Amino acid sequence: MSSRWKRSGLTLTMAALCVVAAASVASAQPWESASVAGPSQAGKTLTIYGMGGRDDVAQGRLDIATKVIENTGAKVSNPVGGFNDQAFLARLAARDVPDLVYMSRSLIGTYAARNALVPLANCLKSEKIDRKQYRAAALAEVSYKGQLYALPEFTNQITIIVNNDAARQAGVNPADISTTNWAKLRQANKKLLRIENGRLTRIGFDPKIPEFFPLWVKWFGADLISKDGLTAKLNTRQSIAALEYTHSLIRDHGGWDRFKAFRDTFDFFGSGNPFVKNQLSATPFESFLYNVLADNSPNIEITPKFFTNRKGGPITLLNGSGWAIARGAANPDLACKFMKSMTAVNSWKAVAKSRFDLRKRQGRAFTGLYTANTKADVEIYEDIYQKIGKKQFDDAVDLLVAAPRYAFALPSSPASAQFRQAYIDGVNRVLAGQQNPRQALNQAQQEAQKAINDAK
Amino acid sequence: MATVTSNEAPGSPRRARRWLTGFRERETWVAYAFILPWAFGFLALTLGPMIASFYFSLTDYGVQQIAGFESTSYIGAENYSNLLDDPRISLALKNTFTFTVMMVPGTMIVALALAMILLRVGRSGDFFRTIFYLPQITPPVAAAILLLLLFNGQVGAINRGLDLIGIQGPFWLTDPSWIKPSLVILSVWSVGGTMVIYLAALRGVPQQLYEAAAMDGASPFRRFRNITLPMISPALFFTFIVLTIAGLQAFTEAYVAFFGAGQTGAEAPDAALFYAVYLFRQAFEFFEMGYASAMAWLLFAIIMVVTIVNVVVSRRFVFYQGAQK
Repeated sequence: MSSRWKRSGLTLTMAALCVVAAASVASAQPWESASVAGPSQAGKTLTIYGMGGRDDVAQGRLDIATKVIENTGAKVSNPVGGFNDQAFLARLAARDVPDLVYMSRSLIGTYAARNALVPLANCLKSEKIDRKQYRAAALAEVSYKGQLYALPEFTNQITIIVNNDAARQAGVNPADISTTNWAKLRQANKKLLRIENGRLTRIGFDPKIPEFFPLWVKWFGADLISKDGLTAKLNTRQSIAALEYTHSLIRDHGGWDRFKAFRDTFDFFGSGNPFVKNQLSATPFESFLYNVLADNSPNIEITPKFFTNRKGGPITLLNGSGWAIARGAANPDLACKFMKSMTAVNSWKAVAKSRFDLRKRQGRAFTGLYTANTKADVEIYEDIYQKIGKKQFDDAVDLLVAAPRYAFALPSSPASAQFRQAYIDGVNRVLAGQQNPRQALNQAQQEAQKAINDAK
Repeated sequence: MATVTSNEAPGSPRRARRWLTGFRERETWVAYAFILPWAFGFLALTLGPMIASFYFSLTDYGVQQIAGFESTSYIGAENYSNLLDDPRISLALKNTFTFTVMMVPGTMIVALALAMILLRVGRSGDFFRTIFYLPQITPPVAAAILLLLLFNGQVGAINRGLDLIGIQGPFWLTDPSWIKPSLVILSVWSVGGTMVIYLAALRGVPQQLYEAAAMDGASPFRRFRNITLPMISPALFFTFIVLTIAGLQAFTEAYVAFFGAGQTGAEAPDAALFYAVYLFRQAFEFFEMGYASAMAWLLFAIIMVVTIVNVVVSRRFVFYQGAQK
């Protein structure tokens, strides 16, 4: 063989090696540039982390999404176990990165700011996911610096539950228990609460602080944090006024010590819940409680109501969970397919229909499903839900279907956990009598802003 | 306890030679073989992480660095200087010291009292020893849940009991002044381990000392003060050190009852913010691993200083039989 042929052979071999190497590098590129998963995913395994308790609704959608992945030839590894920061960090440290992570939406900003999650722009594009189908407030919770980092799943909205029996006994019309007029609400609170022999035996109106403090601040139309999640607004005039007012509702019961000690005895999720036992007159609560009450106390007399702002308009605070793709995931394309399926209208409708049928067979009420997918909620309500025949729960369903329209959520922040803890600690200092609202929220503001500045 | 004295200066060449000669003996190899698993555990699971945490305390180690997305940057003593600016550090230290100061003597006094009673109850002693030891084997998480049930200000068993004797109990779990005492009482409840140590020490006190003292007309209190306490002082000292360290590292009960997964995170009273709880939150809730490592080293330094002071002070009070003064 002449040296020319040898040179040509060598050149060709080198070129072939370069092509192979380039192909290998391309396949190892981060998911952002990867193509849509086709039916050639054999040998791959989608690893999922954080999916803990699985009821019929979760399991039904998991089955649907798993089938979608298996149709591509890939497998799904999805061990039962809720999201835990420590375990997730340990997996990151061991480079055992799960493809898909299921976590509270309130954590997304913190992880996104630390580069642990992948923005979903390409996922939305490649899988043709319409982001408009998701609730705007839920999307705000999972967006950071203009990028979407998770697909929102379930949604809990806050409405007020009034115990009709307690109201009747106190001579208060349930219709008059409203957050619109704070002076009237305080009067009602004083009438509704009951103290016997020095012991608190019934709570009047539980404002549920510190958990729902953002809702009380929203009463003014104000927010605790800027829309971009980078500026804390904890010591505004509105925040201080909201804390002073909600604290006054608790003080009417004889103080936080007595109030909390009594509330800690409640079993919200059993048949002896505080509404049945007449221990609680009214409170804002997450939407899932209606489902629990319909199961455990189907004959309970309650009036579901919107939490209203100072102009009488409904407002509600959303929270829930979401699906995110971890940076370094081996199969981001499969992860995208899976979460699309978990949050798709058809998946929600399929499991809603199954639950409706199951509940019907069991003679139990179906109080609807409340998701972050607007379209799914509407279709479930219109196509599957049927009136329960108990006014209190039918009214609750009507309310919950309408509520997300008036929803807001705390926008994601690079220091979500510290921000939340700062205002919770501030409110707790006031409740414990250690500081007045202004002092407590000034301190909270400093702590929260410092944490955000350090993290951004 | 007998002590071996040597005239050789530590580290002298003669001593080193003797140490090396020991390896000619098979027993030496066997002895080291037995020590090896512990040595490996100490190096790999204690010393290694300690060195790593000291390194992390000088860096910006966080989620990005854990996952390998960003390199770890050396930031010098910044984490340590931030400790001085963080008002929650002083709050957490104050809470932890207050808890320790109440818990250590409380546990020692109750444990000693129980041990002395057990010494006198004869055959039923074994039964009561088991009963008193049971709380010790209760998982701390369960104990924390028990705390919430027992100490509820309105319906808890403690306040109901106090009600029966006409005392209105405090709001243990919500009143900041009573949160730490309630955790101390819970710790004292788990007094079984300390009690068993005291029981063994009390059984080791020669009876003839009591008999001689009784013949000299010494009162029971004098016998307790002048015989029992000096004779069991090594056990008292040991438990004092161990309980002090445990107090300064207190975590589980406070975390589970006020901060943990069972809570909404909305409880979190300042009065229950112990140092180890704050450290855990910095590391695993706020992901400030470098800062948390610096916190861990501050706690280590505090524990070292406290222990050294205790050891130095103890020389005046602890009596070792057979020891040379």
